[in-house]
Amino acid sequence: MTVSAAAPRVRPGLDLAAIRADFPILARRVHGKRLVFLDSAASAQKPRAVIDAEREVYETEYANVHRGVYWLSERATASYEAAREKVRRLLNAREGREIVFVRGATEAINLVAQTFGRAFLAPGDEVLITEVEHHANIVPWQMLRDEKGIVLKVAPVDDEGDLDLDAFRSLIGPRTRLISVAHVANALGTVLPVEAIVGLARERGIPVLLDGCQAVQHQPIDVQALDCDFYVFSGHKLYGPSGVGALYGKAEWLEKMPPWQGGGDMIRSVTFDKTEYNELPWKFEAGTPNIAGVIALGAAVDYVQSVGYDAIASHETELLGYAVRELSKINSLRFIGRPRRRSGVISLALEGVHPHDIATILDREAICVRAGHHCAQPTMTRFGVPATVRASFGLYNGHDDVDALVAGLRKVQEVFGL
Amino acid sequence: MSELRDLYQEVILDHYKQPRNFGALDGASHHADGHNPLCGDAVTVSLTVADGKVVDAHFEGSGCAISMASASLMTEAVKGRSEAEIRAMFERFHVGLTTSDEMAAMDALEPLEKLAVFGGVREYPVRVKCATLPWHTLIAALDHATKPVKTE
Repeated sequence: MTVSAAAPRVRPGLDLAAIRADFPILARRVHGKRLVFLDSAASAQKPRAVIDAEREVYETEYANVHRGVYWLSERATASYEAAREKVRRLLNAREGREIVFVRGATEAINLVAQTFGRAFLAPGDEVLITEVEHHANIVPWQMLRDEKGIVLKVAPVDDEGDLDLDAFRSLIGPRTRLISVAHVANALGTVLPVEAIVGLARERGIPVLLDGCQAVQHQPIDVQALDCDFYVFSGHKLYGPSGVGALYGKAEWLEKMPPWQGGGDMIRSVTFDKTEYNELPWKFEAGTPNIAGVIALGAAVDYVQSVGYDAIASHETELLGYAVRELSKINSLRFIGRPRRRSGVISLALEGVHPHDIATILDREAICVRAGHHCAQPTMTRFGVPATVRASFGLYNGHDDVDALVAGLRKVQEVFGL
Repeated sequence: MSELRDLYQEVILDHYKQPRNFGALDGASHHADGHNPLCGDAVTVSLTVADGKVVDAHFEGSGCAISMASASLMTEAVKGRSEAEIRAMFERFHVGLTTSDEMAAMDALEPLEKLAVFGGVREYPVRVKCATLPWHTLIAALDHATKPVKTE
């Protein structure tokens, strides 16, 4: 979902009523009103196909994976590994063994910090991030800094929320060992220039991690074309279940990286003297995984691909353009960040009203928005606000949701006598 | 709208827009800082306490309408009161905002006069912390707490 100044008014190739019918929760009423869900960037709602997939695992084919010799376990293992293949195709990874299932993007970044970071970073080595990262792409590196004495460098954004690419380039130095940046900034909606970033990194042989949490539900991802070394995302933002996500890593890195958590499934043989680790990707999947969650994530991938990224992108691009235009008509409403390319998210501040008061009043209209720092406190600091109201969009949102938001914000002004 | 008016009463909006006793307090004997990490609300309460009574109370900070109005009305309400009276007031205030029994809530808030305008907060459980942050901070100041108060 990307918007440029001249957003094309494409007829959406997406049947909104049919899409909404796929999401049971959208039929429920809150405070007696139609649910207006504008918090998909925090976590998206789930289509029937995902809910059914998870239930069906438990009802028809549940057993532990990679262990049993009996039919049911083989069946569960096949479904689990089929989900890996679906995620591989989603990201266009070269091989299935480059896809590691984790709890979510947070765990994926921690995995990279604790394995790549511990194995390949030395005191004084630098990790470069940006000013608009989610805490999940800040704190793991700070922990590594405190443990190993690495240096964390932060590239600034301008007043619109766009990355200052010149400053970014100048922060890449001889000690830069990893660049770890958001594909889309979660608090502002900025689409970062990841192609340019990877280009700069490639010239210098520096590996790149992209945090795709706010990208993968809006646009097709091709890790081979991007040529990034790591790509992470959370399933629950892709209309899948919570508690499951994926780490893509180039096989040559994953092979070299030591395992992270030790336990069952990640081993080939264990004696008290010596343990041989399993091969990729299981080397990084210690313990019984979120079996049903992984299989349901596969169903979410199927769902998104059945709707199609072309249809999703054209629908969401048009919708986001409409939202920006309509919200611009409200007096005293300020956009926090006006990036050149925006995806999925609009962050707002209303003069004279705190975001939490806005969210409370909108809630009574059954409008769900996020008010707060969005786990991106440095972004809030950069823009001089303690918090913002964030409206974020998914494939099930329409003009009626934007209209409800605009009416709700006018009601906020009315309550506060503005 | 009437439902929202229960929360955002005119008195609350008035104190939010024009907070009373806002700013530093010269010669204050007691201070404490309060912070709600969830929403970033921050409040500093300064008191002049003499002979066991709060002679003057000021606050500074930033936050939502509920937290700022609560701080403003609180500083007005506690002036001239003894520490014991203030602690009893907070107890009533807390019960009035959190009990599931509507009658008990009304009974608790009724003697608090103007502070009873926060009764509507009871219907918005996530906002209770906003209203009580200034009070927790005030109690910490009376206790001479040195650590910032957190509502989390």
